[in-house]
Amino acid sequence: MKPLVSVLIVEPSEIIYNGLRTILEETGKYNVLSPRHDAANLEERLPVIRPDLLIVNPALLTSQPKHQLAEYCAVRPGMPVVALVYQYVELSFLEAFRFVIDIRMSRSMLLSTLTNALNSNVVEQDNDEQTENYELSDRETDVLVLVAKGLSSKEIADNLHISIHTVNSHRKNITHKTGIKSVAGLAVYAMLHNLIEDRDRG
Amino acid sequence: MFSQKMKLADLIEANHYIILLLSRFDIPLGFGDKSVREVCVANNVPVDFMLMICNVYTFDSYIPDEKEFERTDMSMLVPYLLASHKYYTFERLPHIESHLHHIADKIEPRYGDILKRFYADYRSEISAHFRCEEEMDFPNLISLQKGDRINMSVSSHFEESHGSLVDKLNDLTQIVYKYLPGNVLPEETMELVFDILQLSSDIQKHVLIEERILVPYMRWLERGLK
Repeated sequence: MKPLVSVLIVEPSEIIYNGLRTILEETGKYNVLSPRHDAANLEERLPVIRPDLLIVNPALLTSQPKHQLAEYCAVRPGMPVVALVYQYVELSFLEAFRFVIDIRMSRSMLLSTLTNALNSNVVEQDNDEQTENYELSDRETDVLVLVAKGLSSKEIADNLHISIHTVNSHRKNITHKTGIKSVAGLAVYAMLHNLIEDRDRG
Repeated sequence: MFSQKMKLADLIEANHYIILLLSRFDIPLGFGDKSVREVCVANNVPVDFMLMICNVYTFDSYIPDEKEFERTDMSMLVPYLLASHKYYTFERLPHIESHLHHIADKIEPRYGDILKRFYADYRSEISAHFRCEEEMDFPNLISLQKGDRINMSVSSHFEESHGSLVDKLNDLTQIVYKYLPGNVLPEETMELVFDILQLSSDIQKHVLIEERILVPYMRWLERGLK
């Protein structure tokens, strides 16, 4: 059996909280934690409460909802945050959320929105695993070879017909993957990997 | 922060690197359980200055302010920096070189040569850097300390080249333990990596001393003469 999904609901109205809790608990998939009535110090509590899913009334957020949500994600990476709406909410607040449930939604629609929110997160985690590949890509290798030959970022951009911005982001990735920062160090890396000959050095 | 009443041995206990500083102040080992102040007085080292260096070496957030320059005997700054240069140039860098060459000689010559050349380039870069300081900045500082005006303003080359001195040493450790064939002299290779890492953090602190003490101190002296 799959473990229950712990849900934290941040909502001042007891009627709304109890209604939502009933719907969630009836599925047998959710474990609804004791509610919080406001969002004060929520970022400090999240690492302790450790919910898998956070449902929050956007009206409780401060004037910088995006910033606040980013903080929640930072302390509890991978936890989706869903807005719970039943009154007028300013657009800028609503836009900070990827998923929104409205109390006027049908039971099935509400549950499928929550499932989507939880799955979206699984997809993102998969992507994370894919980026945990520290081998240089073909394009990064092209850039590395030119760096090692002593070309500037501008020259590399012209050479490979890409923007200087792209070159710099490749260079950043190369350093991240190899741990080597200096051009001289990258030249040694390229030679040890037989990517360039000694005489190619600029 | 360290204070003069603390036991010198406790400073070293708190930050092992401080043991490397003693010879730069001509303080011999065997100081027993004496306080920083007692040891400094016995060896003619200005205690405030010695503490300033130890504090920069140990507390990343510590930046001495101008009031401290005013009340501190800074006469040992140049001798201290020269002693550090000497230690790097005549002890650590040759020591690392001999181990690096020993390892490079055991791998395929083509790769060994690349490694040797990287290190030779590094040594000439760092020597040029030290020379520039010894021939320009330190004499300028001595003139400023004597109250003489100097022609040029305090150079800004410190910030520019310091980063690369530390980066290249760190690159070298990465290359040595990640990309050289692993079956060649593994024990010696690990020792070499530790030696380079130790030198790298020492040079990093040396850079901090120049950036947080030498440069602001020279600017402060220069302003006082205007």
